[in-house]
Amino acid sequence: MLEINNLHAGIEGKEILRGLTLSVGTGEVHAIMGPNGSGKSTLANVLAGRPRYEVTQGSVTYEGKDLLAMPTEERAREGVFLAMQYPVEIPGVNNIYFLKAAVNAVRKHHGEEELDAMEFLQIAREKMKLVELDEAFMNRAVNEGFSGGEKKRNEIFQMAVLDPKLAVLDETDSGLDIDALRIVAEGVNALRSEKHSVLVITHYQRLLTYLVPDYVHVLANGRIVKSGGKELALELEQKGYEWIEQEVVAAR
Amino acid sequence: MSAVDTLSTIREQAAQRFQQLGWPTPRQEEWKYTNVAPIAKVNWERGRPRPQSPGVPPGDRESDRADETSALHSMRGRALVELVFVNGRFAERNGEGAPGLHVSPLEPNEHLGKYADYQNHAFTALNTANFEDGAFVRAESTVEGFVHLLYVSEGDETWSHPRNLILASRGAQLTVVETYAGEGKYFTNAVTEIVAEDGAVVDHYKVECESIDAYHVGTVQIHQERSSSVTAHSVAIGGALVRNEVNAALKGEGSSLVLEGLFIGAGTQHLDNKTVIDHARPHCESLELYKGILDDNARGVFDGRIIVGIGAQKTVAKQTNKNLLLSETAIVDSKPTLEIHNDDVKCNHGSTIGQLAEEPLFYLRSRGIGEEEARGLLIYAFASELVDRMKVEPVRESIRRAMFRQMPARMPERRGGTR
Repeated sequence: MLEINNLHAGIEGKEILRGLTLSVGTGEVHAIMGPNGSGKSTLANVLAGRPRYEVTQGSVTYEGKDLLAMPTEERAREGVFLAMQYPVEIPGVNNIYFLKAAVNAVRKHHGEEELDAMEFLQIAREKMKLVELDEAFMNRAVNEGFSGGEKKRNEIFQMAVLDPKLAVLDETDSGLDIDALRIVAEGVNALRSEKHSVLVITHYQRLLTYLVPDYVHVLANGRIVKSGGKELALELEQKGYEWIEQEVVAAR
Repeated sequence: MSAVDTLSTIREQAAQRFQQLGWPTPRQEEWKYTNVAPIAKVNWERGRPRPQSPGVPPGDRESDRADETSALHSMRGRALVELVFVNGRFAERNGEGAPGLHVSPLEPNEHLGKYADYQNHAFTALNTANFEDGAFVRAESTVEGFVHLLYVSEGDETWSHPRNLILASRGAQLTVVETYAGEGKYFTNAVTEIVAEDGAVVDHYKVECESIDAYHVGTVQIHQERSSSVTAHSVAIGGALVRNEVNAALKGEGSSLVLEGLFIGAGTQHLDNKTVIDHARPHCESLELYKGILDDNARGVFDGRIIVGIGAQKTVAKQTNKNLLLSETAIVDSKPTLEIHNDDVKCNHGSTIGQLAEEPLFYLRSRGIGEEEARGLLIYAFASELVDRMKVEPVRESIRRAMFRQMPARMPERRGGTR
């Protein structure tokens, strides 16, 4: 599904990713963990095509296509979804109208007929229950006045409606209480299937209790320095990130 | 002296005043940003009235462009009463009206010409001397629903001077919508006087969507008595050169005023908004918000002045102008001004000029929405702060349609569903 090869990228001339290589197969859930400043969010933003991030070297292949050559909206239409760390508030743009426009842009891209308001609402209502969002939220402006937890649940709600092939979660667990964490994890678990891949980017292990990954990678200094199974996450939780960094230094 | 005699005296005086004042020039502070030379140099003539064909519904009448424009902007069936004027002259009345509501073509009365200043304002003098027709709207009690005054122009080097008088008697409530539209190169010079007596509530909308080759100069003059409440919306979308003035005099204690303006320009449009709020009495409140959206080489002006008089203690005034520039070459001049002559007041003002923010644009695109559509959504969102507050649904629709006509590439396909 996703092949990242020797990726070098950064922002404002500063290199943050320094030769990241990662392969995510179809149907797999990968967790990327790492200390602050290791390049986790840069990876998420580069995959979604956020402006100002520059790729200086390497490649990202998604379903056999050059992901980096696609504009942001085309990546989304091809099935890449980024659940953002800090979802922006957009006053004046209605949540449900926005999401319907998004769904129909994706459908149009795939030559499918656009959904009318009734069809769309039916799908939206179903997915709202999944993340326990009240219907009243949907008639408000995008993220406007939402609490931190509501914003994150709105991200997962959008993901559920758009049904992406590859979901990238950028620190979706940050700032969530335990209930919100469980709701978010359940939302992602509902998407899991042999057709969907998930890349969970997180600082802490706690989300992974509910959202159990197939693989765990440790990102340090812009590179994957260690990979393992779900038990690696627990080890990191107990020992912190320092021992990995020491191991890396020792191996040089 | 009868109202008719008074009026003819006023009109003679106004004609003389215009002779003395002449057309304004940018050397005058009040016209610093707007040069009306393109209007002054044309030898304007009166437009022809619509041919009357009694008994034939508009759709079947010999179809001319004024009829098409009129059909496009008509709020027939939704307004309590709609008066249609073609090239400044009364052409058609639709609707039954309502109890407590009087709507008719303009007739002389003691209020006419009393508020809009023809002594010092050349265009008001020109209007006062030359108006041929207009509307007289009076509410004696609470009127649910709204009155629509539709001014349609069609012509080549023709002008008209619409003149309206809107009167809300003590404790009455009234909503009036004025729409200006047309085809061709013409000049509309409109003056509306609004009088809100004690405790009256007036909601006024002026929607200027003139032809792209047209000139429009207009003044809305508001006079407020004790505890009255007026909301005046001024929307400028069409026109090559537009000057929209709203002047409000808060002459009674405890009155409140909301001024809201939206100007949306593209191409080489010039849209000038000037407002003066005169806080003459204590315990009055004014809240003003004007927003501009300018693309291509368009130029916008906001010149807002609030004067708080010596006797106007406990005044609350807030004035804000926000502008969105969509191109490198669009220009806006923003000049909010406060003149406070006593120290027992709460006043503030401010203005901002910005571009579309990168973050929301990325957010929308990251969900699959194309860049143009995303920009359109955000542009509409900027305007919607004002549009959503408008209580008359047909006005909201009309603005969405006008925005779509003006910036088709930028506007989302089905804007009607945004709220």
